[in-house]
Amino acid sequence: MSDPELPAGVERREIDGETELTTRGPPVYGEPTADGWRAWDPDRSKLGGMFELGFETGLSGGETVLYLGAASGTTVSHVADFAGPTYAVEFAPRPARDLVEAAEPRDRLFPLLKDARTPNRYAHVVESDVDAIVQDVATRGQAEVAVRNARFLADDGRLLLAIKARSEDVTTDPESVFEGALDRLREAYEILETGRLDRFHEDHLGVVATPR
Amino acid sequence: MTDTDDSADAGWFAGGSAADSKATGDGPALRARIVDGEADEPRDWPELAVESGFAGSRDDYYDRLHGASVAATREAVRERERADDQQLVHAVRARDDCERTANELAERAAEWAGSLFDDAEPGIEGARAVAEREPDGELERRAVSLAGRVADLAAERDALAETIERTAPAVAPNLAEMAGPELAARLIALAGGLESLAKKPSGTVQVLGAEDALFAHLSGRAPSPKHGIIYTHEYVRNTRPEDRGSASRALAGKLTLAARVDHYSGERRETLHEELRERMATIRARAEGGSDGNGSDGGGSTGDTAADTEGNA
Repeated sequence: MSDPELPAGVERREIDGETELTTRGPPVYGEPTADGWRAWDPDRSKLGGMFELGFETGLSGGETVLYLGAASGTTVSHVADFAGPTYAVEFAPRPARDLVEAAEPRDRLFPLLKDARTPNRYAHVVESDVDAIVQDVATRGQAEVAVRNARFLADDGRLLLAIKARSEDVTTDPESVFEGALDRLREAYEILETGRLDRFHEDHLGVVATPR
Repeated sequence: MTDTDDSADAGWFAGGSAADSKATGDGPALRARIVDGEADEPRDWPELAVESGFAGSRDDYYDRLHGASVAATREAVRERERADDQQLVHAVRARDDCERTANELAERAAEWAGSLFDDAEPGIEGARAVAEREPDGELERRAVSLAGRVADLAAERDALAETIERTAPAVAPNLAEMAGPELAARLIALAGGLESLAKKPSGTVQVLGAEDALFAHLSGRAPSPKHGIIYTHEYVRNTRPEDRGSASRALAGKLTLAARVDHYSGERRETLHEELRERMATIRARAEGGSDGNGSDGGGSTGDTAADTEGNA
């Protein structure tokens, strides 16, 4: 298996007879655990999928992270396990309820009930020059969200983005949806790597980018 | 509130008390600022907080941010979830779940009861009768008890339906009057809330609940759906088939306006209801007056809905 550097704090360990990505922290969603390590299921996490597929995420552990589209906290809880201060933005109240529960025992995970399309509503909380933005929002205009949030990212920071084709347009084929999104992204970012996440997430494109 | 600094470049902690003054009770003000505050640009807040004396160190700052953000977000979530239209959405979904589960379980209970008792009837009524029986022995006890659960679930569904009937007019008076409490609650549930319903174009409201048909249409596989859940409305169902497109479009248009009035003003607006009654009378008059439509829309009954459904993807 291609295994470029995983960040410190993310390890492949054997759980229930299977080798899985794991992080160390309190369990959140009933995932399998062993010795304090908990499985990070790439089928349920775009970022987990990107790690499994060998994307060069530029993450080495301990980073300051802004996570957009945190939902119930499934992925962001793993991120907070290996990263440093982690800001988790989620717009919908119901998943945010679970997100708060995931954040409570993690003292560097900060949950925020905010709309990722209006960054000024959380710019008074989220610090500048974060090392990474992880984005997984399933609304139209995903590239636009990434562009608007570029202001938070350090000059050498990384955007780790999962674009869901069906959130943009259900009728156009995914390839042209992705092309349109990448064009918009290039206005604020330099694209470093792209790849389909279809092995884990149908019609999703993984993108690694850095500010221009 | 202890806000002393509302400028657009202040952090959430502006006006908060210093790190070492423990018992100041400014928690609520800080939480309110996390929820309601804003800034034009992010800054190095941890550093600024230490400089201003709000926190003794970056670690101390993050500790305070953690406590405040968890508490603020928990409160904000609770408040948003308690909003009345959200309660209505919960009730509608719970009612649907109870109904589906009761029916499913009734089948199982009836099948079992049928093997034990000669006169067992199917369905929820049948389960109610079985639940009344005096069981004899272990197996009968379980089968009768299961039937009892079915009857309880059905009773819960009925209680939820009554609650919805009572709550919907309070949440959305115009919408509930026009659509009936049942359909009004369903529309709100499908949209995810009164606000999102109010923000939808009427073409979307027209086909709410017909998403499968709509996506089939957008992929080029099917004609545009004429109506979604609003089909259950008397104005649509009891209009002759060739005029149902017009009827559902007219109804959806007024329902959308009703939802907007309910969300933004909350007052009852009689003219809205009158206009719809007149429009429906015109559409139905077509059935008597031959095929000549006399509505302002040109009277087409199937082709004209396509224009309404655009922009819904």
